Amino acid sequence: MSTTAPAAPTAALDAARTTATAARVLRQLRHDPRTIALMILVPCLMLILLRYVFDGSPRTFDNIGASLLGIFPLITMFLVTSIATLRERTSGTLERLLAMPLGKADLIAGYALAFGAVAIVQSALATGLAVWLLGLDVTGSPWLLLLVALLDALLGTALGLFVSAFAASEFQAVQFMPAVIFPQLLLCGLFTPRSDMHPALTAVSDVLPMSYAVDGMNQVLHHSDMTATFVRDVLIVAGCALLVLALGAATLRRRTS
Amino acid sequence: MNYLPGQPSEPLTTSPAPAVHADDLTVVRGPRTVLHHLGFTVPRGQITGLLGPSGCGKSTLMRAVVGTQAKVTGTLDVLGRPAGHPTLRSRIGYVTQAASVYDDLTVRQNLEYFAAVLDPGRAAAERRHEHVTRAIADVDLTSHADALAGNLSGGQRNRVSLAVALLGTPELLVLDEPTVGLDPVLRRDLWNLFHDIAATRGATLLVSSHVMDEAERCHRLLLMREGDVLADESPEALRSRTGTDTVEAAFLRLVDEATAAHRTEAPTRHTQEPTR
Repeated sequence: MSTTAPAAPTAALDAARTTATAARVLRQLRHDPRTIALMILVPCLMLILLRYVFDGSPRTFDNIGASLLGIFPLITMFLVTSIATLRERTSGTLERLLAMPLGKADLIAGYALAFGAVAIVQSALATGLAVWLLGLDVTGSPWLLLLVALLDALLGTALGLFVSAFAASEFQAVQFMPAVIFPQLLLCGLFTPRSDMHPALTAVSDVLPMSYAVDGMNQVLHHSDMTATFVRDVLIVAGCALLVLALGAATLRRRTS
Repeated sequence: MNYLPGQPSEPLTTSPAPAVHADDLTVVRGPRTVLHHLGFTVPRGQITGLLGPSGCGKSTLMRAVVGTQAKVTGTLDVLGRPAGHPTLRSRIGYVTQAASVYDDLTVRQNLEYFAAVLDPGRAAAERRHEHVTRAIADVDLTSHADALAGNLSGGQRNRVSLAVALLGTPELLVLDEPTVGLDPVLRRDLWNLFHDIAATRGATLLVSSHVMDEAERCHRLLLMREGDVLADESPEALRSRTGTDTVEAAFLRLVDEATAAHRTEAPTRHTQEPTR
């Protein structure tokens, strides 16, 4: 005879618990103004820096700037989420929450909602700054840039949540950034077009989600309307984010040994 | 809401299931068997003390009762349901040994969040506010309600964690060493609170401790050592059965007897390492 309880019904999302979780995550952030300032300001400062690094070649700034508008939210949200959920795991609050009537989906959606809201602010500021003050030359609508940036942030949140399950300490969690993000950064087409890489690397970059994030940004940069490629890129990034979120949910265990 | 005196949670005509019933309960963690074929019953509406030295399996047993422990075999029914059943999640309050609260939230914000998880929705806002205020008062932290949990002392943080478990209407409170690191006055106050909760709210408390003098304050005792239950009775019965004056002396006598028995029965039996 076993006492293992029947598998908990993966309850559909409970809106009230999800928003309560999102509000709690934002409240935690509000007690940490320095983190907020770093999350919001660092991308803007990097863009300003880049603008004057490429002072003599505005075309290069257009390309790299647009790509970075997609990459910044991904990296920031990855770091913040992986540390935040790791803390939740190590402080015992995760165990406490999972012993309470909180669905795993509520918790994950709550985190995604809260960091998504931060990502909107961050991306809006960075995009606005780049387009209107730094003269980033975008053919398409800046709103589409914002959409891609937001999806990238969601992808970063998802990846952060997922890897936090494999980190035993904050040291390890931070080290996951070079492990998970840097290869994508090198292969996403930021430094050199993906088609110019060794065929093996091109193939690898074809399956990395950041490639599509950067590609989507470049589509907006060069085309005035929504191209089929742009739609494909957006769908791939969104699909990856949802897939990784689901994987992240699977790492939350009510029973641990 | 609270259970009022004389208003038990179930009709008196049907005798309610015990708070916890275990039979042949075994828990394995990694290569080690932490709990060996335990059998015991925790009656409702009383304070049951779970006592034993560090590493004897108290925390593992509590985690099994709450439903967060993996690799549990045998029978373990809690409030009439198998441990870990989803419907139990709002009926059990659980406090881990280390305070599990958010250090970057105030005491009140911590409680407001957990209250919203237990009792969600805008319609319940007023009730939640009452519960939060009462729980903060229960653990005597009203004057610190707006302090960040991370800025509190260890004992105060533990009390925030306890307040979270008091939210809502827990029929069973599982408290893992709730009085560790508290001064004698606070310890007395908390034990008075536990008795008050059992008497006026009709709740069952399962409280672990490795301080034997706290055993005298329990209605019933479960004495544990190395994953086995040595005794399951009231403090008075335990003292008279062993012919000792204190629970501590009774425990030591039982340990000596058990050690002697093991030495003669199973000399190769390996000893258990600390569990948490």
